[in-house]
Amino acid sequence: MIRFTKVESLMVPLVCDNINTDAIIPSKEIRTVSKNGLADGLFAGWRYLDSDRTPDPSFVLNQRLYAGAEILGGGENFGCGSSREQAVWALAEYGFRVIIAPSFNSIFRRNCIRNGILPVQLDPGPVIAVPGPVTVDLEQRSVTASDGRQWSFAIEEEAATMLTLGLDEIEFTLKSRDKIDAFRDADRAERPWAYL
Amino acid sequence: MPKTLFEKIWNRHAIDGDDQASLLLIDRILLHERTGGVALKSLAETGREIATPSHVFVTMDHVVDTLPGRTDDTLMPTGRDFITTTRREALAAGLTIFDIDDPRQGIVHVISPEQGIVLPGLTLVCPDSHTCSQGALGALAWGIGSTEAEHALATGSLRVNRPATMRITVHGALRQGTTAKDLALHIIRRLGSSGAKGSAVEFAGSAVDDLEVEGRMTLCNMAAELAAFTAVIAPDQKTIAFLQDRPFAPKGEAWEMAMRHWQDLRSDPDAEFDTEYAFDACEVVPMVTWGTSPDQAVPLVGAVPDVLAATGDEAEARTRDYMNVMPGAAVSDLSITAAFIGSCTNSRLSDLRRAASVLKGRRIASHVRAICVPGSGQVKAAAESEGIDKLFRDAGFEWREPGCSMCFFAGGESFAADDRVISSTNRNFERRQGPGTRTHLASPETVAASAVLGRIGGVADLPPLQRETDA
Ligand code: SF4
Repeated sequence: MIRFTKVESLMVPLVCDNINTDAIIPSKEIRTVSKNGLADGLFAGWRYLDSDRTPDPSFVLNQRLYAGAEILGGGENFGCGSSREQAVWALAEYGFRVIIAPSFNSIFRRNCIRNGILPVQLDPGPVIAVPGPVTVDLEQRSVTASDGRQWSFAIEEEAATMLTLGLDEIEFTLKSRDKIDAFRDADRAERPWAYL
Repeated sequence: MPKTLFEKIWNRHAIDGDDQASLLLIDRILLHERTGGVALKSLAETGREIATPSHVFVTMDHVVDTLPGRTDDTLMPTGRDFITTTRREALAAGLTIFDIDDPRQGIVHVISPEQGIVLPGLTLVCPDSHTCSQGALGALAWGIGSTEAEHALATGSLRVNRPATMRITVHGALRQGTTAKDLALHIIRRLGSSGAKGSAVEFAGSAVDDLEVEGRMTLCNMAAELAAFTAVIAPDQKTIAFLQDRPFAPKGEAWEMAMRHWQDLRSDPDAEFDTEYAFDACEVVPMVTWGTSPDQAVPLVGAVPDVLAATGDEAEARTRDYMNVMPGAAVSDLSITAAFIGSCTNSRLSDLRRAASVLKGRRIASHVRAICVPGSGQVKAAAESEGIDKLFRDAGFEWREPGCSMCFFAGGESFAADDRVISSTNRNFERRQGPGTRTHLASPETVAASAVLGRIGGVADLPPLQRETDA
């Protein structure tokens, strides 16, 4: 996983509430048992006009200005609906590194952290109001607009560490394997009925 | 200190951590071919082993067709890849799999309680957002992503941020003819589709106690539409009776020991929740959704809200556009072209029985295509032995093989672009049941009644049956 430090980019404004994972990656765009090859299907229902994939010029992601943008501004309850991690894989593959939204669905948010996308819980409205690139600094926990205005955000220490170091969480947990095994052995003695 | 039910289960499973987040011991992992295969494959690719294979169960439900005579070749063009990859990886890892031809196969949240895989007091995860359905059995069950599934498989644990707690108490008793589904839609309408955002919700109160276990699953299932982390209901005698003698439930002495353990699985009288809501069951009436979010629900006798003029809300205009409904129009004026009974919300035996009793002696309207998909092979077999399939078929319903089917569109089975579907499922999102398909959520009996009426309507709207004659 790529290490996350600082991202400077334009922010794509997609500020409507309850953007669900079906909208982020429609089910029929998930064609293979793989974490790759999903970027093309990102927001497919909104991005394309027809099955030939003619871009819908009115959809914000298709505006030339935002080509290569790495920050997405969303609305309340971003990433609600189905737990499909493909939504996050598609966003990451498309090139998004940061999502700024007033609130996130909890599964979606966890999926972001595990895939190198920083979920910034913040109302993107005032940030969008300032034209020009936005800088998101994980270490400083800050979002800075081009005119210097700054907002701060919070994130759990552990999530920040994982993003900063680009850590594989499984490797991280397996370091405590002995502890987990000991816990399980003690639990098995107390709750033998829970074991198969 | 008094504790909530949620805290009791959480604390028992916390290997490590603080009051922000814990590494939790995971008792059961469920996988399906849509999101589970990719986790198993990725795990195998990294050469990691599964910590406790006997606690992992795999089913085929999301991609598999539900047409009779189905094979690995699905209507979804690449569906085969999902099925065969999941099967191959599951078998290689020595996991229990409920494959297409297994009589126990079915929708993951239907078969887990049915097989006694989920039990009170357990932690259970599945890469699926409706895993909270299983909290109805008194377990801590929640949906995860595929990468988390990999983590749970490899380590037998998961690192979880501790959610806030919420109790939703439903006082009084539901009126005759209203169901757990109506109650769920009523609550979601009041609290909004992010009303329980990230919280562990406990459903309690006399109306919840009164529900049968299957109705409780419907209620907990819909907590996903409140954006809850999970939902849970304290186990009681009904829960115990439901689980006794199920294939994977403990037996003999282990069962006795489990029952003793379960006695403590309830929130202490003075336990504090971060948020509390109370509802009055008497206020609940049969409900239906009109829009593309489950909180856009109204009583069956109600109308599409007329707030556009006031707020100028663009999203709401878009919703009306997609649904092709007029502000202020009565929902019962909406003519339907399709009806669907199925999904992990409402496809269990009691759901099918209630719908069948509405259909008995009636025919669906000629312009309606109606489909019933039992939630599992066991539900299907039980329904057939009671003759329920015949009631459905005689009324004009298709009777299918178990699976998620048209609960969601994955590129395979779907309704048509201009179909207006009355559906016993849980999500009415745009394109959820097919490109351009318009979905109205309701209880199974409302779906059955609407199919007969050819428009949205309830059991109360049906003309009385003619007395049968020996013609
Ligand atoms: S029936 Fe529908 S909601 Fe339930 S698990 Fe299947 S696709 Fe998901």
